[in-house]
Amino acid sequence: MSDACEFHTIVVRVENKAGVLARIAGLFSRRSFNIESLAVAPTEDERFSRITIVVDVSSTSIDQVVKQLDKLINVLEIRELDPETSVERELLMATLNAPMPESRREILDLVQIFDAQVLNVGFDQLMVSLAGSQRRLDDFEALLGRYGIIEIQRTGKIALSELAKVESAPSTQTQREN
Amino acid sequence: MQINGAQAVLKALEHEGVETVFGMPGGAILPVYDPLIDSSIRHVLVRHEQGAGHMASGYAHATGKPGVAIVTSGPAATNMVTALLDAMMDSIPMVCITGQVALPAIGTDAFQEADTTGITMSATKHNYLVTRVEDIPQVIHDAFHLATTGRPGPVLVDIPKDLVLPDAVFEWYEPTGHDLPGYNPKTKGDPTAIAEAAKMIMAAERPVIYSGGGILRSRAAAELSALAEMTQIPVVTTLMNRGGFPDDHELNLGMPGMHGNYTAVMAMQEADLLIALGARFDDRVTGARDKFAPDAKIIHVDIDPAELGKVRFAHVPIAGDAKSIITDMLSELEKLGGAKAQPNRDAWRQTLSGWQEKYPLVYGDHEPGKLLKPQFVIEKLAEACPADTILCSGVGQHQMWASQYWTFNHPYTWINSGGLGTMGYSIPAAVGAKAGMPDRMVWAVDGDGCFQMTSQELITAAVEKIPVKVAILNNSWLGMVRQWQELFYDERFSETHFGSDIPNYKMWAEAMGCVAFRVDSPEEVVPTIQKANAINDRPVVIDFRTQATENVYPMVPAGASNSDLLVDPSQRDDEGASS
Repeated sequence: MSDACEFHTIVVRVENKAGVLARIAGLFSRRSFNIESLAVAPTEDERFSRITIVVDVSSTSIDQVVKQLDKLINVLEIRELDPETSVERELLMATLNAPMPESRREILDLVQIFDAQVLNVGFDQLMVSLAGSQRRLDDFEALLGRYGIIEIQRTGKIALSELAKVESAPSTQTQREN
Repeated sequence: MQINGAQAVLKALEHEGVETVFGMPGGAILPVYDPLIDSSIRHVLVRHEQGAGHMASGYAHATGKPGVAIVTSGPAATNMVTALLDAMMDSIPMVCITGQVALPAIGTDAFQEADTTGITMSATKHNYLVTRVEDIPQVIHDAFHLATTGRPGPVLVDIPKDLVLPDAVFEWYEPTGHDLPGYNPKTKGDPTAIAEAAKMIMAAERPVIYSGGGILRSRAAAELSALAEMTQIPVVTTLMNRGGFPDDHELNLGMPGMHGNYTAVMAMQEADLLIALGARFDDRVTGARDKFAPDAKIIHVDIDPAELGKVRFAHVPIAGDAKSIITDMLSELEKLGGAKAQPNRDAWRQTLSGWQEKYPLVYGDHEPGKLLKPQFVIEKLAEACPADTILCSGVGQHQMWASQYWTFNHPYTWINSGGLGTMGYSIPAAVGAKAGMPDRMVWAVDGDGCFQMTSQELITAAVEKIPVKVAILNNSWLGMVRQWQELFYDERFSETHFGSDIPNYKMWAEAMGCVAFRVDSPEEVVPTIQKANAINDRPVVIDFRTQATENVYPMVPAGASNSDLLVDPSQRDDEGASS
């Protein structure tokens, strides 16, 4: 990840209908907006899905991204999440080379330190997973690198707003509804 | 009442008040054409689906009602893509119904299958693939709502064949309301911003109203005039708003942009305030963006919030409908003293009238032995036609001359392809306009290049008795490209010469059922136009032979600042640029 402030996280609530993801992907492609990551799943209300998009705004304004998304008929609500006031999680799964007892030991130490999990154990490989902030996953991935990563998959970030700590605290999110 | 899907399509269209549709049948849409025989709706049978799309667009431009096109699946849908994107770029309300292969066949590469909703996703405001027959009335109702409200645009409804077969029946219902939770276009402008805008207007020394196509879409021509007259602020009318403010009005500076009037272009460059109303700072208006109107503060009114700040930072952005916002602005201005309290802008007015005097639109006299001056043809055509004549145009030099030399004094009298720049738009758009406004005279100004793209719709016009008139400004070249090659490619004319004698336009037009004339000399121009205007039962085509070396001026070279506008060579002091 280069300059952190080039990335913005937006949470988009959309109608859970065929083709909505294609409309969003098409819009980003047509307007040369760059998606860093994207995660989508239905919400508690099955009529809607929630999409978390991390957008690279180094070459475009977040204002345009939000306004253009807002024009999509199936988009209900767009929220830009401030990293200061939101809770973010991403999931990482990786298969690692661990042929020697000592490397296996070291990996298991890392798993313990990061509060990660071993998902599967093979003859000379280990499969691990970690959920956490993007930064934490970056660190974990960097440290695993020296053991030889066979396969790695990250989900892209999902995020929710931080909860109020005092009664009637003012919301610091920017919220837009069309 | 039990009804089948095909009947439901027609009934839904009737329910929306549709009187005329433009289309062509084919395999997948075939069942819809059967109940058409019993419907009150007039169907205009086109010769190419793109024609149906542009006709729907011309119809919408002229009448203000949504245009409707019906075509089949696959190649018909792909032929429609240009017309959809054209309508998208110019914010034209349009509903297009396409046939689709039967639901079980979708995804199997069936005969005449195309991923129509996928292909048209970025060419429509929204599109639908209907998957249940009982959804047809609601989807069509929603489609018309989306096409005509907010920022208007084309909406496509793709209907699989099995949903319109005779046995696909359901209980008919009249849809009320819409389930569109993500669509709430805002029309009313923010009062605080409007008050702020009014204050800026009262303080401005060199203001210009930059009026765009949004004025026509929101039917706000009268409000625009009221604003200009109260404040005495000069108005530029973009290519999309020609006619939205009368050309004869002393405050009208004409068209801005790449081929705009000198005064319109320079007024924007020198302005301290631009009041943009339904305009989107298109690159053809701004020239080099970073050098555009460097001293101007911006009030930007647009129905589409995404236009605000997209190209140019707006000091006061106001999202909403132009008609409603201008009305509110007028009452705010009134509170600040209205007409009487306007600052003294005599110096600005003098600057503008000085420019108008020094740099009017000009073209040379006819040169004996040479072909016609195209500007002369447009001027004579305008003089010979009723003031409410609807003028359509294709894209290129003839379009710019038509905009420059026609006098537009009424809204909805100018129909052209502004955003997409679709060659061949003129003839089908004219057919659509005439179908919607049969009592009005409709002329299409076309280039020879454009004519060769869509002239087959003159067969439609002849057969369907839609008597449009076409003036071909025939210079045997792709004129605008030729102009660029002359000016910027050392006169290396690559692939722009169409040839002088092929085709024979008079014979071609006659073969299509039109009355046709060919005009070579200036003396014949007016009498031939008069002959054409006297014919009301058939389309008429006049092949005006024009001089190929004629260029459109003024001109801002691509990528240059508007301040480096090239005026007509006869107006240049020394080297090229005017000032």
